Amino acid sequence: MEMRSHLGRVRGLGSSNQGIQRWWVQRLTGVALVPLCLWFVFSVVGMAGADVETVTAWVGRHYNPVLLILFIVCMFHHGQLGLQEVIEDYVHADGVKVVALILVKFGAVVLAASSAFAVLRLTFGG
Amino acid sequence: MADSKANSKAKSTRPLSPHLQVYRPQITSIMSIVHRFTGIALAGGGVLFCYWITSATYGAEAFSSAQAVLGSWLGQLVLSGMTFSLFYHLGNGVRHLAWDVGWGYELDKLRTSGWLTVIFAVAMTVLTLVIAYSAAGGG
Repeated sequence: MEMRSHLGRVRGLGSSNQGIQRWWVQRLTGVALVPLCLWFVFSVVGMAGADVETVTAWVGRHYNPVLLILFIVCMFHHGQLGLQEVIEDYVHADGVKVVALILVKFGAVVLAASSAFAVLRLTFGG
Repeated sequence: MADSKANSKAKSTRPLSPHLQVYRPQITSIMSIVHRFTGIALAGGGVLFCYWITSATYGAEAFSSAQAVLGSWLGQLVLSGMTFSLFYHLGNGVRHLAWDVGWGYELDKLRTSGWLTVIFAVAMTVLTLVIAYSAAGGG
């Protein structure tokens, strides 16, 4: 005997209306990454082969730590969304797909946290 | 039993959409594929970035060995590829943003914006490499 109401059975089966959110955040991080990438590339390219003192001084200078952390958050979030899209398009075996999605998400968060922590450490020393 | 048999039969006769090699390569399709490939490559670039900046927190020795890895011939090759991927993905990303607001869907505009993106990516890559090699003292 079916104990659930009609509403209870259909709830959650349709679009959760979260697709637009992911699409929007991908655009939002993309827009933010345009100036952040240009700033980052033209900052680090002059430090090709530089020693640790030069790079540490650059990381901590003025507004650089803030820009670096914004760059880190936007880049790894944008990258995670992009890889998720590729996986959802091409990986059709459920098990592999879920594992790949989890690894990409965990990987992005770990890399972002490690990079941001490195920026703080280089800025404040220790 | 009968069900699974019916299923496998349905699977084999179900029509597939034509694969990529059916179509004549055009700048629009090639650029779309390259956008994905450069995006995947740049995810690897994120790993390299994390390696580079965290190695600086481990002291002078760790950082100079990271710089040596990135400065090796393989490192230079990978970083040059990353530079092109970045500028291509950035330029084509802006092209995508223009489409999102409804601009540039006409065929002539698609081709023009496509070639402009390619020219932008190549020019910016050359400029970046020139700055990099002059900063590193001729590589």
